[in-house]
Amino acid sequence: MNVPDDVKYMESHEWVKQVAEGEATVGISDHAQEELSDVVYLELPEVGKIVAKGDRVAVVESVKAASDIYAPLSGEIIEVNKALTDTPELMNSDPFGAGWIFTMKFTDAAELETLMDAEAYRKHTA
Amino acid sequence: MTKFQGATFTSCGRGKETKMKTTPLAAIHRTLGAKLLPFAGWEMPIQYSGIVSEHQAVRQSIGVFDISHMGNFSLSGPGSGKWLNTMLTNDLEALADGEGQYTLMLNESGGVIDDLIVYRWEEDSYFLVVNASRESQDWERLQSHLPGEIHLKIHLENQSEKLGALALQGPNAKAVWREMRPDWRLPDHNGIAGFEDGVIVCRTGYTGEDGFELFAPVDAISDWFAEFIDHGVPPCGLGARDTLRLEKCYPLNGADLDSIHTPLEAGLGFFVKTRKPGGFIACDVLKAQKDNGIHDRLCALQAVGKSPPPRAVFDVSLPDGGDVVSTLTSGTYSPTLGTGIALAYLPLETAKIGSRLDVVIRDRRFPFEVVKKPFV
Repeated sequence: MNVPDDVKYMESHEWVKQVAEGEATVGISDHAQEELSDVVYLELPEVGKIVAKGDRVAVVESVKAASDIYAPLSGEIIEVNKALTDTPELMNSDPFGAGWIFTMKFTDAAELETLMDAEAYRKHTA
Repeated sequence: MTKFQGATFTSCGRGKETKMKTTPLAAIHRTLGAKLLPFAGWEMPIQYSGIVSEHQAVRQSIGVFDISHMGNFSLSGPGSGKWLNTMLTNDLEALADGEGQYTLMLNESGGVIDDLIVYRWEEDSYFLVVNASRESQDWERLQSHLPGEIHLKIHLENQSEKLGALALQGPNAKAVWREMRPDWRLPDHNGIAGFEDGVIVCRTGYTGEDGFELFAPVDAISDWFAEFIDHGVPPCGLGARDTLRLEKCYPLNGADLDSIHTPLEAGLGFFVKTRKPGGFIACDVLKAQKDNGIHDRLCALQAVGKSPPPRAVFDVSLPDGGDVVSTLTSGTYSPTLGTGIALAYLPLETAKIGSRLDVVIRDRRFPFEVVKKPFV
């Protein structure tokens, strides 16, 4: 199970990586994509959408189930990974790389601090 | 991320059984890393490597499924064939020795109790394969309809707990059999054959590919399954079984077939012989329906453009914000087509090939089209 150390994690299996001042990219973890199995559809959030931490922002669907994806931080969606519209399976094959879902602006760095680090997430998914 | 179960197995998963049954292959499934979930009161493998890869393995080559949860009855004795013919819609008289046929057992209103396959060993000797979700209802139905005067001569046995079963499916199924048992004479399409140690092989399946269902005593079925796995046949779960059957528009009892709709409405008129001597339960209802016409028909709906996977119980509406006219009975993502496919009973005026309808998914409407069956 791949649990990179350079990102933070939500209990609900999203990962967050700060990519610039006040900007973070979000995806789902290796554990999540394995649980889901083949992703066949992803409903991307809208660019410009204002979200609060914990809001449902996207829905990812496998053959057998649909799962909600939550915003790990409060802020604004500034970019979405359009490749996932045609190739949603990138979320399975490369969940931390090409399978990234959206990038957002956030204002409260404290929210980032409350998320789990890799060590805590490994324990959470053990 | 949250989880909710897709609706596909809803109608079959909520059984009255409180204790879940496991098949004789449970230990092998765990060793193979299967994801296990409840189905019709049984803990069954939903997938091993993944639904899409298992589906593609069967379409292109071969796969093996645990189907031990299904029910089996055997029937013999003078007059048993004539009696059984009054319980089922298809005509047993059409069967030669070693042949089987798809058929249905109806309630008094013409709705479906179960769809099943019945095989004739020889005159007055039959083997029935029924759905796991209806095994007890089918048994109860047959038992309670055995007529008094010939009851003593007819032997009806429920062998479900004595037998385990697997399905070997795919274009390479016959080739694999030849490698494993070169001297076995396999049955032809829809046929049945018996082999040593109580093994029964039927040439049929629920995937649309060539295939075999093998029935063996419960203490022997694991060795059979293991032998196929060791031979390189990928194990496949109920998830792929569902996507495979739905691509071929094979109905699922409890979803596409129910106690309300008749086989004519489900498009299964070919398996309903209203003119056979002796008739069958609800024959008059179906005769009248043939004369008067049906109002709803089970149709194949395919997504136009991208959509989330359609699932059972999603609403179907007329396009452009029109009224809801139906609900999906089955739905999934088709791995072969890469798009959503579904079944629904539609009012005849909306049931023409090419008709456009919307499927409502999480409060948004996605365009679908009525297409010719099968999807693939």
